[in-house]
Amino acid sequence: MYGFEALTFNIHGGYLEAIVRGYRSGLLTAADYNNLCQCETLDDIKMHLSATEYGSYLQNEPSPLHTTTIVEKCTLKLVDEYKHMLTQATEPLSTFLEYITYGHMIDNVVLIVTGTLHERDVQELLEKCHPLGMFDSIATLAIAQNMRELYRLVLVDTPLAPYFSECITSEDLDDMNIEIMRNTLYKAYLEDFYRFCQKLGGATAEIMSDLLAFEADRRAVNITINSIGTELTRDDRRKLYSNFGLLYPYGHEELAVCEDMDQVRGAMEKYPPYQSIFSKLSYGESQILDKAFYEEEVKRLCLAFEQQFHYGVFFAYMRLREQEIRNLILKYLGNLKLDFYFEFDSTRIDFGEEPQ
Amino acid sequence: MEYIDNLPSMDLMRSEKMMFAQLIIPVESAHRAVSYLGELGLLQFRDLNDDKSPFQRTFVNQQVKRCAEMSRKLRFFKDQIHKAGLMPSPHPASQPDIDLEELEIRLAEHEHELIEMNTNSEKLQQTYNELLEFKMVLQKAGDFLVPSRSHSAAQETELDENVYTNNDYADSASLLEQEMQPGSSNESGVKFISGIICKSKGLRFERMLFRTTRGNMLFNQAPADDQIVDPASNEMVEKTVFVVFFSGEQARKKVLKICEAFGASCYPVPEDATKRRQITREVLSRLSELETTLEAGLRHRDTALTSIGFQLRSGPFLGEKEKAIYDMLNMLNFDVTKKCLVGEGWCPIFAKTKIQEALQRATFDSNSQVGIIFHVMDSVELPPTYFRTNHFTNAYQEIVDAYGVAKYQEANPAVYTIVTFPFLFAVMFGDWGHGICLLLGALFLIAREKRLGSQKLGSFMEMLFGGRYVLLMMSLFSIYCGLIYNEFFSVPFHIFGSSAYKCRDATCSDARSVGLIKDRDTYPFGVDPSWRGSRSELPFLNSLKMKMSILFGVAQMNLGILLSYFNARYFSNSLDIRYQFVPQMIFLNSLFGYLSLLIIIKWCSGSKADLYHVMIYMFLSPFEDLGENKLFWGQGVLQVILLLLALIAVPWMLFPKPFILRRLHTERFQGRTYGILGTSDMYNDEEPDSARQSHNEDFNFSEVFVHQMIHSIEFVLGAVSNTASYLRLWALSLAHSELSTVFYEKVLLLAWGYDNFIIRLVGLAVFAFATAFILLMMETLSAFLHALRLHWVEFQNKFYSGDGYKFRPFSFAALTDDDE
Repeated sequence: MYGFEALTFNIHGGYLEAIVRGYRSGLLTAADYNNLCQCETLDDIKMHLSATEYGSYLQNEPSPLHTTTIVEKCTLKLVDEYKHMLTQATEPLSTFLEYITYGHMIDNVVLIVTGTLHERDVQELLEKCHPLGMFDSIATLAIAQNMRELYRLVLVDTPLAPYFSECITSEDLDDMNIEIMRNTLYKAYLEDFYRFCQKLGGATAEIMSDLLAFEADRRAVNITINSIGTELTRDDRRKLYSNFGLLYPYGHEELAVCEDMDQVRGAMEKYPPYQSIFSKLSYGESQILDKAFYEEEVKRLCLAFEQQFHYGVFFAYMRLREQEIRNLILKYLGNLKLDFYFEFDSTRIDFGEEPQ
Repeated sequence: MEYIDNLPSMDLMRSEKMMFAQLIIPVESAHRAVSYLGELGLLQFRDLNDDKSPFQRTFVNQQVKRCAEMSRKLRFFKDQIHKAGLMPSPHPASQPDIDLEELEIRLAEHEHELIEMNTNSEKLQQTYNELLEFKMVLQKAGDFLVPSRSHSAAQETELDENVYTNNDYADSASLLEQEMQPGSSNESGVKFISGIICKSKGLRFERMLFRTTRGNMLFNQAPADDQIVDPASNEMVEKTVFVVFFSGEQARKKVLKICEAFGASCYPVPEDATKRRQITREVLSRLSELETTLEAGLRHRDTALTSIGFQLRSGPFLGEKEKAIYDMLNMLNFDVTKKCLVGEGWCPIFAKTKIQEALQRATFDSNSQVGIIFHVMDSVELPPTYFRTNHFTNAYQEIVDAYGVAKYQEANPAVYTIVTFPFLFAVMFGDWGHGICLLLGALFLIAREKRLGSQKLGSFMEMLFGGRYVLLMMSLFSIYCGLIYNEFFSVPFHIFGSSAYKCRDATCSDARSVGLIKDRDTYPFGVDPSWRGSRSELPFLNSLKMKMSILFGVAQMNLGILLSYFNARYFSNSLDIRYQFVPQMIFLNSLFGYLSLLIIIKWCSGSKADLYHVMIYMFLSPFEDLGENKLFWGQGVLQVILLLLALIAVPWMLFPKPFILRRLHTERFQGRTYGILGTSDMYNDEEPDSARQSHNEDFNFSEVFVHQMIHSIEFVLGAVSNTASYLRLWALSLAHSELSTVFYEKVLLLAWGYDNFIIRLVGLAVFAFATAFILLMMETLSAFLHALRLHWVEFQNKFYSGDGYKFRPFSFAALTDDDE
């Protein structure tokens, strides 16, 4: 019943929506980023972060800090929050929340498989995995020799299993195949998530389809750019695009035949929402495309908070937190330029002050 | 008027006079000076570095971080001590002051020592666990392998797994028997791996094995006898011993990989029984060795922890203190020469000498050649409000502060609240039986004040404990009111002599509602017990309590308006006296003051006049003859005069004040084209906040007028609604007495009517519970809340602005309160 979510939404979702909005107000603000930019050592960062929501996670770390510790602890906070929400959630919100983690699961699977291919230590790889994408038998991924085994042995137990239907081949695992597998899985995942949101209906469907369409389009562009000059055929490339989104289907046809960056640009500029992104780039510049997409995504995610009574806020919050942690990583990687931070509160409407 | 000014000042009536002081502290004595001031706790520093982020402050890098690090270490110790299950030793901390540096060194030492010990014991624990697991695997796996004991075939033993080949293979036997009873030879070697795995993972492990080997394996498992301590979480984990039989080299690799992935530890088990026994013996002896080592290590660690815990008792406080000092130092400004720190802050005037003394002591103790300069400055900012309260008055002050902190030097309603609050409560809760119960509770809390005060209480208990003196007063007053109402759990008692009434004839006891005649003097104190149960009980008590409520209400509201007079006088604001206090007084008293007068006259004269009628027709037809409702001579004329006064009072309080304010404003700025300069430019950049801006604000007539209009309307309507609001005193009192009557008569007396012990007991229990939970808890709470409302709204809105801010001195004593 579109437009009438307000009647019944709060019965099950009200508490968690309040929780997630509360979490969102704990995101770092522009002032925090300003201060973080002035930090010279990791201890400074720790001290600054201890005044934020991250405080309790960092306070017990002994002083010579490692960069990974900070990120680890920040991620831990996100995971704790996620788990809290998941345990409180009822259907269909709990399924929705689980969907959010599948992306990480795919990444983790690919990470482990690639790692074992290059003969890395499994434990070491496990540490690198995103904790949101962990599943029970993830360590056993290392045994698999080809796609079929991978599916039959391990992934059949996981929620990713249905996504595998398109990529069960008995080909051996190599870098190219793994990358194709990742994209096929992701495509299937996005489509499934999209269908799920459509099924939920109402404001959730509206907002999530917008966000997911953006995600799908961004992936399509990335696949195109990354596959330029590789062995991937046009048809194969075409197969990796998700079957929804703004670019579907005509944009995909155009992207599939692109041979260089400028053609991609030509194809994308026909779509008004992406025109603004591409118009920012000067010709031949592809590095900061990622950044431009991220900025656009953050803007859209922030807008998801403007409407009430839908699940998009959970998705948006998780994404924003991840982006924030990514910002912290950028911070210590030495990208000290302020303009590289994506600020979340630029579009934020202040609910903080109540009328007196 | 002179007389009022010459009265000695009431202690709590006005907040302490404050002064704004500047401190110029030489760098070398700064730390000590701030720490002495913290001990004194009478100076509130102002943050002079408000615009700076935490990193730009002076003392951030070395010291504050050091303190944070120290408190982290202390938390680590505490955690360790807690983990080890040691109780902090009960001796009080009577330690000589440890220096911060010394503490830091000690902490570092202890931490190092402890971490080393922990790693050692962890290693040992690891080895111990491994051996223990090995032992279990040997025992259990041995059982699986028992059938093959008879057969001693060729076997190869490797380091981490045992490969065991059967040469004789019985072709008729099932797969299970193939492995268990290797009778005849077989070309393909059947091998096994034994190990141990967490019980929770067992099922998945088995499934994974099954899938990988496509079912060509046999999985045997048995639960381990003992639980094993997980070194990471220190918890006991249940484990399962397994033996996997499979065939082929490829499968072996896979199985090993799966074992690794699932965190299962594999141990070689020799197939040969004698060998197995031998290894078991070895393992057992090493186990017992390790056990003693572990125990010794644990004991060593415990003693170390105990000594650390004892030594560092004052540590947390010291660290906190040090951190607070640096936080304060960060609020100070460096002067131009960078040799002195400049601080500003508020302190009460009486504390001046004490502060100076402390500063002198600091200069002396730190061997500084330059003294600390302490001088008073002017400030346009409103000073903070500081009331010196004690155990008793604190709770009442809290009640008032919960509504709003008094403006600096404003009349403090807490002074009156001390008496009026418990009294109004008791009017609603008048029952001396219940009052005694409350009194016992309050006395219990007060008697154990010392002990309860030092320990951590739950939030509810904390609230109760904080209000123990309020509770005491409330209970005393409710005993008093209960005596007046003559109620003891709703039972009347003949305490002050016998009843004034007696029966006209002997049948009276049955029909006690009729036939009572008065034959003695009036009952000397409170309500005559004979009223209880009579037919006219309710009308009588209702009329009494209703009128009483109005009297109390009018009295309290008058007190409120009077306080506004004292406020205006104190701040020498004659405008407020003339155009606010006087008309308000006239308005309230010409209507409700008159009503109170009528009530008293009616009580004294015993007249049967209808007061509703009098009051209503005073407005509807003021010139009509009162008839039988006339109470005294000249009442009609008086009413007309009062009505006229009330009518005049309304425009009086509405119009003059804004117009006079406008005239004053235009006079002040007449002929001036420029605004007034600030007193000094120095403040301008220091105080960008509202205090200064509001001073130079333009006079906005319409705003002032609307404000005044709202105020007047509020007062006029409020006079009626507030008086009506005081009727809650009657309503709650009625509810309380009816409720307790119901419990007494319908539960206790009903149960007592039966001649059955059990029914009586049940009745008594129900009565006791109802009294305790409904009357003593719920009713107390509701009466408390209503009394609170009467004070906050009906009383305080007459005079109290409550827009000040609290004085928060820098004090170490406050730190300990916040701790934990």
